[in-house]
Amino acid sequence: MVRPAGAGSVLPHILLSAALAIMLAPIWFAIVVSTSSVSDFLTGGLGVLPGDQAIANYRTVLVTGASNVGLSPVGPMLLNSFMMAVAIAAGKIAISIISAYAVAWFRFPFRTAAFWTIFITLMLPVEVRILPTFGVTADLGLLNSFAGLTIPIIASATATFLFRQVFMTIPDELTEAARIDNAGPVRFFFDVVLPLSRTNIAALAIILFIYGWNQYLWPLLVTTDTKYYTVVMGIQRLAQSAESSPVWHLAMATAILAMLPPVLVVLSMQKLFVRGLVETEK
Amino acid sequence: MQAKRVTFPGRILPALLLLPQLAITAVFFLWPSAEALWQSLRREDAFGTRSEFVGLDNFRQLFADPAYLASFSTTLVFSASVALLSLALGLLFAVLTERVGRGRALYQSLLIWPYAVAPALAALMWSFLFDPSIGPVAKLLGRLGLPWNHQVNGGQALILIVIASTWKQVSYNFLFFVAGLAAIPRSLLEAAAIDAASPWRTFWTIVFPLLAPTSFFLLVVNIVYAFFDTFGVVHATTQGGPAQATTTLVYKVFRDGFVGLDLGGSAAQSVVLLAIVIALTAVQFRFVERRVHY
Amino acid sequence: MAGVTLDAVRKVYPGGVEAVRGVSLDVQNGSFCVLVGPSGCGKSTLLRMVAGLETISSGTVRIGARVVNDLEPAGRDIAMVFQNYALYPHMSVYENMAYGLRNRGTPKAEIAARVAEAARILAVEPYLQRRPRELSGGQRQRVAMGRAIVRQPQVFLFDEPLSNLDAKLRVQMRVEIKRLQKSLGVTSLYVTHDQVEAMTLSDQLVVLNGGLVEQAGPPTELYRRPATRFVAGFLGSPGMNFIAGTAAEGGTIRIGDLTWPAPVGAAARPGTAVELGLRPEDLRVADDGEPALPFTVEFAEELGASRLVHGRIAGSAAAVQLPAEAAPLLGTVPVTARAEAVHLFDAETGRRL
Ligand SMILES: Nc1ncnc2c1ncn2[C@@H]1O[C@H](COP(=O)(O)OP(=O)(O)OP(=O)(O)O)[C@@H](O)[C@H]1O
Ligand SMILES: [Mg+2]
Repeated sequence: MVRPAGAGSVLPHILLSAALAIMLAPIWFAIVVSTSSVSDFLTGGLGVLPGDQAIANYRTVLVTGASNVGLSPVGPMLLNSFMMAVAIAAGKIAISIISAYAVAWFRFPFRTAAFWTIFITLMLPVEVRILPTFGVTADLGLLNSFAGLTIPIIASATATFLFRQVFMTIPDELTEAARIDNAGPVRFFFDVVLPLSRTNIAALAIILFIYGWNQYLWPLLVTTDTKYYTVVMGIQRLAQSAESSPVWHLAMATAILAMLPPVLVVLSMQKLFVRGLVETEK
Repeated sequence: MQAKRVTFPGRILPALLLLPQLAITAVFFLWPSAEALWQSLRREDAFGTRSEFVGLDNFRQLFADPAYLASFSTTLVFSASVALLSLALGLLFAVLTERVGRGRALYQSLLIWPYAVAPALAALMWSFLFDPSIGPVAKLLGRLGLPWNHQVNGGQALILIVIASTWKQVSYNFLFFVAGLAAIPRSLLEAAAIDAASPWRTFWTIVFPLLAPTSFFLLVVNIVYAFFDTFGVVHATTQGGPAQATTTLVYKVFRDGFVGLDLGGSAAQSVVLLAIVIALTAVQFRFVERRVHY
Repeated sequence: MAGVTLDAVRKVYPGGVEAVRGVSLDVQNGSFCVLVGPSGCGKSTLLRMVAGLETISSGTVRIGARVVNDLEPAGRDIAMVFQNYALYPHMSVYENMAYGLRNRGTPKAEIAARVAEAARILAVEPYLQRRPRELSGGQRQRVAMGRAIVRQPQVFLFDEPLSNLDAKLRVQMRVEIKRLQKSLGVTSLYVTHDQVEAMTLSDQLVVLNGGLVEQAGPPTELYRRPATRFVAGFLGSPGMNFIAGTAAEGGTIRIGDLTWPAPVGAAARPGTAVELGLRPEDLRVADDGEPALPFTVEFAEELGASRLVHGRIAGSAAAVQLPAEAAPLLGTVPVTARAEAVHLFDAETGRRL
């Protein structure tokens, strides 16, 4: 940009600071509440600075839970969320990269049909086929199971398209050189295609990890056993009691814990994250 | 849809490679969707033991139901607000960070992280800020003579979920606008500077038109987000209330299906949603096609 | 080692394009065969059929005594150097060279020895641990060659390997390729559209046009006695001058209202439309009484070692190459050439007469 010189450049700083104040307010107050005691916010003594109950509150949430308000310990839920997010990310990438490989490097009957079948999944989010999908999952006995949490949402047209697009940029001569070097399709995939797609895989893994971690509706449907609760979905019971009983400190502590992993992923791998986001939407 | 020029021979290997994806698609996507279509044309009797073909009756009933129509308009108002607000803020923030010299990277980092926050959590945090009895924002509003209670005031409940949903989506738009701004050739802006255009004029006559494709693409993405991904926002806070004021279409299909157990009605709602997604995807893909062919 | 024999080889692409329309060719064991021709004439297609990268529509390809039509590229015992090198970008130079051997189960120690030897020959030893993108164009070119020679194949195939290099490096690598091929003695097929490369590298030169062989043979023969007008025009720089005329009685040629008096057109029936071909370097100012054509001078280009004078002969654009120190030409001068340097082609068929 051609920037105006001098005093003009102070204004953006002021406006941005105001923007940041609004954007950061929810998280700031969540931290404040999550470190305060019940009496602090009931007596109106809630300040704008964090309180001194951090250890007590977070311990309650993580380890003991609060059965009176429907909160089981968050520790195991975090673990569930993590496993689900990793399984969804890894599963989507694995399934999509091999489909894209098949579609890019082979000619076979019904190739186009297969491609369109995958494409159609774009138009069928869970929300659209909610009851019957639940029905199928139940019929297959996958309710309250790890498989039920992950497999039904593991197909991905977006990831398949992304990989196909990446593959189309790999020069044909590399395939030919590999054929002369006695590498068949399987060896070529592992020795050439996979290493060349590494950055794309990493970028996509970040996006899909966040996607998996933040799943809400699907875990809500397929889990009734607290053993399989994920943290993002498990928090809703607490949220509902927060309106009537004084558990905001626990709700906010849980919320902070629930958002920490994906937020850390974004902040620590920002470049890769941005790349993944921009790529998957092309 | 092309394959590479140089391909490998064989039919079994590609079939095996496609199998997992196609199997999951068939079992969890195609079959349930077909079932939704089928059920939308049928109705169960009072005991849920038999169902009969009723043609488009479920749809007729749906569109005669004032609650459904209300939900429709709630969703439209909600989606339009979220999409436009988050677009406008995302663009504003992107333009502002473009204009600061030092600290740009820091601002960017601080503005993108809400993307990683689940909608339900965003809603929870905002509903604390607006909590009628102890929320700091609600208190502030009360002191300004604007009493706030989204637990009884439907309009305020809708505003709350709009704010929470927008807050999360701004980062996404921000990122794409930053990328869009970075892609504008410097020479164009320099030419404008030589033509003595003011920054304001430069923005509206050069930058904004060049961002139009990005904006349009984001508009579609935001509408899809507001329609479908905000289920958690509603479910974790207002639960569609008070008095159905925040019952969006997706929340309604969930509640009617799982709580009301109205199979045919829920299926008909699913089919209507399906039509909406197909329309949105079609718009998006026509557009993506254009982007590819630039 | 083995020669390569093509017998009535054809290639029809799925879209219906007939890229190669029946080529028969015999490349002697150990010789360097260059395929040259204009863009789209089917050179690459032909080479790739030998490599096994394209299917063969009909005809047979033999390497040595073995028919290889249905063999996979890896089974043909060939190595190929690609125009863009096709080095694996994520592998080091060493791994690039070793990959083909490793996939064939060659023992580790032998791979190491062979790569070291190739690296020494090609002077890429200092770069063995680098990635291709950390190399210059010339170095990449060497690595691509190295990948070919470590395999010790029966046949080398080159598809325009030098066209991505700058002019100076191209000349240098050309010499190196020739030297390498001579010392290894491996049968080579080399595709180029650069006629200088073609002339300098080949033992056997094949000029392709429109999917057919125009002429094949030793390069000097193609240069001195081009079988067709196409070959005559394709080889040589600056290009041959062509002057349209008609065969007349006694083997002479009528050009407009002039006559080329020497009997060169003996084989042409009087009245046939012909083209007279004269290379610029074969033309000189005629002495009195010699058979000559009037050359109208327009301008001259100084090339350093020589001077290229442009002008017209009987209305056709033409050029005469003179020694740099020759007296400047002005106005219209009579020019002539040795009898063996006068080529005559049938204007209709393009065949040499
Ligand atoms: N995969 C293909 N499908 C259809 N036609 C093709 C294909 N590859 C090449 N052709 C056509 O076959 C003809 C010969 O192509 P080829 O690549 O052999 O030319 P070439 O002599 O190598 O040219 P260049 O000097 O430009 O590399 C061309 O007309 C080309 O358009
Ligand atoms: Mg070619």
